[in-house]
Amino acid sequence: MTVDFRKEVDYVARLARLDLDSEEKERMVGELGAILKTAQKIRELDTEGIEPTSHVLDLPAVLREDKVKPSLPLNRVLQNAPHRRQGYFRVPSITASENPAE
Amino acid sequence: MKLYEMSATELSLLQVRGEVSAVEITRSFLDRIEEVEPSVNAFITLSPTAAMETAVGVDKRRHRGDKLHPLAGVPVAVKDNLCTNNMLTTCASKVLDNFIPPYSATVVTALHEAGMPLLGKTNMDEFAMGSSTENSAFQVTRNPWDTERVPGGSSGGSAAAVAAGMAPLALGSDTGGSVRQPASFCGVLGLRPTYGRVSRYGLIAFASSLDQVGPLALNAHDCALILNLISGHDPLDSTSLPEPVPDFSDDLELDPSSLRIGLIRENLSEQFDPEVRASVLKCVELFEKNGALVEQVSLPHTDYGLGAYYLIAPSEASSNLGRYDGVRYGFNAGGSDLETLFSKTRGEGFGAEVKRRIMIGTYALSAGYFDAYYLKAMKVRTLIRRDYMTAFEKYDLLVGAASPTPAFKIGEKTDDPLQMYLCDVCNITDSLAGVPSLSVPVGLHSGGLPIGMQMTASPFREGILLKAAAYLEEAGFYRPLRPQPGLAEEGGL
Amino acid sequence: MQYETVIGLEIHLELQTLSKLFCGCSTTFGNEPNTNCCPVCLGLPGSLPVFNRRAIELAVMAALTLNSEVQRKSRFDRKNYFYPDLPKAYQISQYDQPLARGGYLEIEVDSQPRTIRLERVHLEEEAGKLIHSGESIFDSDYSLVDYNRAGIPLLEIVTEPNIFSGREARLFLENLRLLLLYSGVSDCKMEEGSLRCDANISLRPAGSKTLGTKTEVKNINSFRAVELALNYEAQRQEAILASGGEISQVTCHWDEESKITIPLRGKEGSSDYRYFPEPDLLPLVLDQAFIENLAANLPEAPLKRIERLCKDYGLSASEALLFTENRELGDFFEAAALLYKDSSNLARWIQGDLLYQLRQLNVGIETVKPGLLVDLLQLLDSGEINRPVAKEVLAEMVGSGAAPTDVVREKNLGRIASKENLLPLVEQVAAENPEAVEKIRAGEDKVLAFLVGKVMGLTGGRADPAAVNRYFRELIKK
Repeated sequence: MTVDFRKEVDYVARLARLDLDSEEKERMVGELGAILKTAQKIRELDTEGIEPTSHVLDLPAVLREDKVKPSLPLNRVLQNAPHRRQGYFRVPSITASENPAE
Repeated sequence: MKLYEMSATELSLLQVRGEVSAVEITRSFLDRIEEVEPSVNAFITLSPTAAMETAVGVDKRRHRGDKLHPLAGVPVAVKDNLCTNNMLTTCASKVLDNFIPPYSATVVTALHEAGMPLLGKTNMDEFAMGSSTENSAFQVTRNPWDTERVPGGSSGGSAAAVAAGMAPLALGSDTGGSVRQPASFCGVLGLRPTYGRVSRYGLIAFASSLDQVGPLALNAHDCALILNLISGHDPLDSTSLPEPVPDFSDDLELDPSSLRIGLIRENLSEQFDPEVRASVLKCVELFEKNGALVEQVSLPHTDYGLGAYYLIAPSEASSNLGRYDGVRYGFNAGGSDLETLFSKTRGEGFGAEVKRRIMIGTYALSAGYFDAYYLKAMKVRTLIRRDYMTAFEKYDLLVGAASPTPAFKIGEKTDDPLQMYLCDVCNITDSLAGVPSLSVPVGLHSGGLPIGMQMTASPFREGILLKAAAYLEEAGFYRPLRPQPGLAEEGGL
Repeated sequence: MQYETVIGLEIHLELQTLSKLFCGCSTTFGNEPNTNCCPVCLGLPGSLPVFNRRAIELAVMAALTLNSEVQRKSRFDRKNYFYPDLPKAYQISQYDQPLARGGYLEIEVDSQPRTIRLERVHLEEEAGKLIHSGESIFDSDYSLVDYNRAGIPLLEIVTEPNIFSGREARLFLENLRLLLLYSGVSDCKMEEGSLRCDANISLRPAGSKTLGTKTEVKNINSFRAVELALNYEAQRQEAILASGGEISQVTCHWDEESKITIPLRGKEGSSDYRYFPEPDLLPLVLDQAFIENLAANLPEAPLKRIERLCKDYGLSASEALLFTENRELGDFFEAAALLYKDSSNLARWIQGDLLYQLRQLNVGIETVKPGLLVDLLQLLDSGEINRPVAKEVLAEMVGSGAAPTDVVREKNLGRIASKENLLPLVEQVAAENPEAVEKIRAGEDKVLAFLVGKVMGLTGGRADPAAVNRYFRELIKK
């Protein structure tokens, strides 16, 4: 089964927030199509009744005691911030309606 | 013999006997770096001042009579995807080219507390995605054996540093062979521990269910020493094992007659370089001659490993790399609105391979495709793991080539991503199964390049891997496998 | 055409832990921005999450309280999307293996019992806070991000679409709040954001079994607003359907000012969250003993408390309700009742004068010691002080925490009731107010209060008004 990535590339690039120029997009279509074709080989396998492995460790979760530990000092939190203002990180203005989770 | 030519074990011993100081040792490596680094380009950041400071401290403590870790005063190089407090950590990416972490990875702290001078941060494929270190945004690292060739990847910088005598030990990371393959290209040992053996806290994530920190070393005993140091449960890493850590260096004696070896048919394919196959078989013959049971075994789902890996790893990566948006740290491309800021920053900041993998991963996880791709790949992973567990019922070691060929030329595979992915074909299934795997140098190719053999054991049995490696070392298979001065004329150092 | 409204609610609750869900940063509210942060909750490269045991316990307790079936095994997933308040560009949540499934809450609507069914209860992490700048002459518009709240443990409760009016929704939420407040899992303060509610609402022809197209209503900040917003939205939808239109599945923003819902422009491709199992966290496995232990130690449920207050203390239904809804007041009552047997009197004083003083002085009940109120009542019962004085002492007690006996002694407030002390004053006041006396003799008994008041004044309020009243009567009617 061939994968026509051409139809998908814009949608996926937007979903991944990746700016691609037209040359990159063109290359992607070819490269990703080929890679996915190889990856798709796995669909040949009959995996009926097989449990998926999401963790190789067969262990239950680790739980931590509810104790407060020191946080990072503010200057360390902000030390790599490209834009900051009065103790906050600064970003271009947004409206609430831009929130993908809303 | 120069100090920089010695192993970690030897350097440790010399200090304990009072014959040499940590400062002298560190000085030797720093001088060596100055000498050969311009031809190798293994380091992104060098930290000579910090290294010397640690060395001075170690000498003081030793002079005082303090009890010191065996690796105290033994310098180390660390892959640049391990966070080092207050020291630049870039993942060889433009997106982090100015990132100064306010904390250190658990393993880095362990090295520091043991008194190991940190020589610097080594070059890698961007975000550990690659098999040649050519995907670094900053520089190309050259194989010390032949500077026209790649050192392998993604831990190419670490492997090259050890091979060139710039560090006796290094830490790398292995997701789909990124420690083992460069180790084999550079003629050193490279270990991928059992998943969960070593803490991932502070290891900048590529594929969370596959990533593991692993050492690169000159011999089994050195490898054992550093494995002791970095292994163990970390309360900051929920995926780190509560399994107790044995002393891996305690007993490296092997009785080959007790060994059961399975030769993985799929990792000794006719398609592989014939000398690679021959070298591996010669090693295995040695074991067999001395009483080991050797049989051919098939891991039937190996063919599907590449497909599963190239769905699982990019999927997890696409999620792990979402945070690079220019808001809290790293490259910020600017933009008057959010959409532009994010897309431009990521579009300009990430290299081509990273973008490819983010795209595949995003696609594979997207609505409508999850079942066909990611979920399916997770099921294939179960089948692959089963292959190993079944094989381990009969065998202690599963053996094959660490890579189908020795080091290839710089630029040889950069045009075709798929070609590059095929380099991982020997290493991927071990990662998917979460089992420990070691690459040992077992000889030189007729072209003068190192050949690596890979040995895999069942979970937690790093010990048997190291014993087998020590046995091969005793038998002269790889001592010392450092580029000899004469190689300089043939393109090496 | 008659339509019926179908509503489903999605409630988010901040759990009362000391530290965050995945790291040890403090959960304290109101700190300076970005001062409760660490590599984990900032999502710095290389950081990893580790579960907070207490958060799991509180989540299980909430699920048990809501009759939801706690799953022995549940799993966490990543919900991926890009927004500055989300430091990792994914939220660790639970998608297809939630902590608990099903559940219900029994409420009363118009004296009819109603069972509101729940779909699921799960755990997830909170995002940071965004502050949007206003217009400024000098700065270009920007927004600011504070990650203090990022990583706070959130409980998400989803009801089935089985609520049928705005009023029911409000009643459900009020009951839910009380129940969860009592279970100790959250302080449930909608004003502080520890309880949030979004609603899905659709209409369908009365009697139909299929659901209509729903809209989502957000930005509801009070229980009252829940009712108003849903009523408004139902009307808005009905108007569209009545005129032959179709409902578009959009998000509506509730505008508290103008009391209307405003449909927001739909965004395409925005809800592909690419859920997949969180690889950094192992599956949550809760053994039977863990769950049973929590079940056995659940704090008393509100209904039980109401029952018990009526039964054990003989309180009226409304008193019991007050002392249950205001839990601290109820705790105060029960602590005092250990020391004082007349529960009715106690209850009366607490909900009357004490509550009044607390409001006047703007202090909380926690500043008052139950024992002090008991002392006060005992002074009153023994006749040592009179009622007006008792009220005065109460004010002092609430204001300064002073012991009633001390106040009475220091201010010399003991009740004066003896004839030998009062009679001279009664005679004096009577002599000074002959017109009043005449009026009383003529039958205008109400004027007695005036004369009594005069004596009260002369005694600094300490005279026993009943006794003074009696002496006047005796004197005048002689």
